[in-house]
Amino acid sequence: MKALLELSNVGMKFDTPKGQFEALKDVNLKIDSGEFVSLIGHSGCGKSTVLNIVAGLLQATDGGVILDKHEVTEPGPERAVVFQNHSLLPWLTAFENVELAVKQVFRKTKSKAEIRDWVEHNLELVHMAHAMHKKPDEISGGMKQRVGIARALAMQPQVLLMDEPFGALDALTRAHLQDSLMEIHAQLGTTVIMITHDVDEAVLLSDRIVMMTNGPSATIGEILEVTVPRSRDRLALADDPTFVRCRQQVLQFLYEKQRKVEPLPRRNSAKAEANRKRA
Amino acid sequence: MVTLTFPTWMEPYRALATGKMTGEQWQTLLRQLIWPVLGMAVFLLLWQLAAQRIDTSLGQFPGPADVWEQAGTLVDEHQATRAKEEAFHERQEKYIASRLEQQPEWEPVYRDYTGAPTFFDQIGTSLITVMSGFLLASVIAIPLGIFIGLSNTAHAAMNPLIQLFKPVSPLAWLPLVTMVVSAVYVSDDPLVAKSFLTSMFTVTLCCLWPTLMNTAVGVTSVSQDLTNVSKVLRLNALSHVGKIVLPSALPMMFTGLRLSLGIAWMVLIAAEMLAQNPGLGKFVWDEFQNGSSQSLGRIMVAVIVIGLIGFLLDRLMLMLQRALVWDKSSVQR
Repeated sequence: MKALLELSNVGMKFDTPKGQFEALKDVNLKIDSGEFVSLIGHSGCGKSTVLNIVAGLLQATDGGVILDKHEVTEPGPERAVVFQNHSLLPWLTAFENVELAVKQVFRKTKSKAEIRDWVEHNLELVHMAHAMHKKPDEISGGMKQRVGIARALAMQPQVLLMDEPFGALDALTRAHLQDSLMEIHAQLGTTVIMITHDVDEAVLLSDRIVMMTNGPSATIGEILEVTVPRSRDRLALADDPTFVRCRQQVLQFLYEKQRKVEPLPRRNSAKAEANRKRA
Repeated sequence: MVTLTFPTWMEPYRALATGKMTGEQWQTLLRQLIWPVLGMAVFLLLWQLAAQRIDTSLGQFPGPADVWEQAGTLVDEHQATRAKEEAFHERQEKYIASRLEQQPEWEPVYRDYTGAPTFFDQIGTSLITVMSGFLLASVIAIPLGIFIGLSNTAHAAMNPLIQLFKPVSPLAWLPLVTMVVSAVYVSDDPLVAKSFLTSMFTVTLCCLWPTLMNTAVGVTSVSQDLTNVSKVLRLNALSHVGKIVLPSALPMMFTGLRLSLGIAWMVLIAAEMLAQNPGLGKFVWDEFQNGSSQSLGRIMVAVIVIGLIGFLLDRLMLMLQRALVWDKSSVQR
C-alpha cells in the first residue's frame, strides 16, 4: 500500500548571521491513512520545523513532502493545523471562527444552511455546542483549544497537524481533551500528526511514536509502534504491560540515549565556581 | 404596578434618598460626586482670589461670576441676532411680494443676512471644520497606515518622511496652505469658503500622523499565529486584510484616531486665531483686539467652551471605540 503522506530526505538549513545552521537532516517518514503519529523530542530538536514543513508554512531546503501524490509547496486547508495557543480570532465567536474556515473551504460546494449545519456539527463533535456563540475571551483555555480542533476538523483535512495542542493546559483539562481527541479519531479515522512533550500523552494516543534526536542536524532517532489495542482507557492502561513497556522505551530514548545537557547560564556557573572555592 | 429600575451608577443616590447607605456606596458617592464637586469648588475659589489680584489694562481679570455673566450676555446676543435676522427676512419677503404685485416681470433678488457671526455661529463653524479636517485625515491615514504596516518596502520608504513632518507645528503649515488654496482653488461660484479649506487642510496635515502611525503599528503587530491561520485557510489578500489584519489593528487604530481628534481640535483653534478664519479662534482674537472691559470675560467663556467641546469630542470617540472594538481592555478612560 502506498503511504498517504511521505517525507523524503527532508532537510532544513537556516541562514543566520553566524553562518548556516542545519536544523534538520534526512528526515524520512511514511504515514498511512488513518494513522495517529506523535513526534516527540527535547525542545529545540526541530519537531515544530517538521510539522511546519508538512503544513507548508516552512519550505524544506532539501528533500520534500508528498501528500496523496501532490508535492506540498504551500499551506492549505487539506493540512489543517491546530496551533499550540488556539489562535482563534478574538473578535469572532466560536461559531464564527469555525464558520470562517468552513466558508473558505466549502464556499462552492455547500449551501448556506449546509454550512451552518456543518459548523454546528463540528462544534458538537468537540462538545462545544453549548458555548458556540461565546467569544474566545469568555471561555476557558481548554474550551478554546476544543474550538481550535473543531475549526481544523471542519476543513475535512487529509492530515490533521497538531502543534503541542494541549501543552498550555492543566493536567485535568488535558486528560479531557485527550479523551475527546481519541473519540474523534475513532469516529472519523482522521490521519493525525501531533507534536508533544508528554510521554504518557504520546503513548496513550498514538499508533506510532516518532522520536527525534537532538539538534543541530536533528533527525528521526527511533520509531516505536504502540501495539496497545484501541479503544484505550487511561485508567486500565496504567498497569497494562505493553503500555508500560512503550512508555519505558520512550523515556529511555529521551533521558538515556538523547539526554539533553543544557549548559548552565554563565552567572550561575560563576557563582558555583566561587562556592566550590570557598568550600 | 410600576417597578422602577435604576442604572447601577444611580444606585448610591437611590440609597441616599431612602436613607440606607452601605459603606461601599458611600465610597462610590464620594468618588463619583463629592470629590469632583469639592475639587471644582476649590478651583473656583482660587480663581476668584487670584482674579482679584490681577489688574490688566482691560480692567480686573474676570472671576467666575464675571465669566458666568458674560456667558449669559453671549447667549442674549445670539438670540438678539437671530431675531434681527428673522426680521430682516420678513422685511425682504414683504418687499419682494409687494414689488412683484406692481411689476410681475421683475426677477426677485434674495439676499442673505450679513450680520456678524455670533459666538454660537463660531462654535458651529469650528465643529464643522474640525470634523471635516479629521475625516479627511482619517480617510488618508487609515489606508496609508495599512499599506505601510503590510509592506516593509513602503515602511522603509515613508518612515523618514513621516518622522520629518510629524513634529511640524500647524502654524508653520498655515502660510503655505493659505497660499496654495488661494492659488489652486479658483472658482467664480465657490462651494465652500477659502478660509474653511485653509483651516481644514491645516487640521488634516497636523492630525494625520497619530492615526497613520498607530494604524501602521497595529497592522505590523498582527500575531504570527493569526497570519498562519490565514495562510492555512488560503485567504486571498483582500480577505486577509479584511478578516484578519483590520480587526486585529482596530484597537490601535482607534487609539490613533482619538489622539488625532484631540490634536485636530487644538490645531484648529490656533489656525483660526492666526489666519483670522471664522471659528472660535477668530472669536478669541477679535475679543482680544476689541479690548473692552468685557473682553477678558468673553475670552474666558470661549476657553471653557473650547475645553468642554474637546472633552465631549474625546468622549464621542470613546463611545465609538467601545461600540466598535472587540478588545474592551484596550479602551482606556
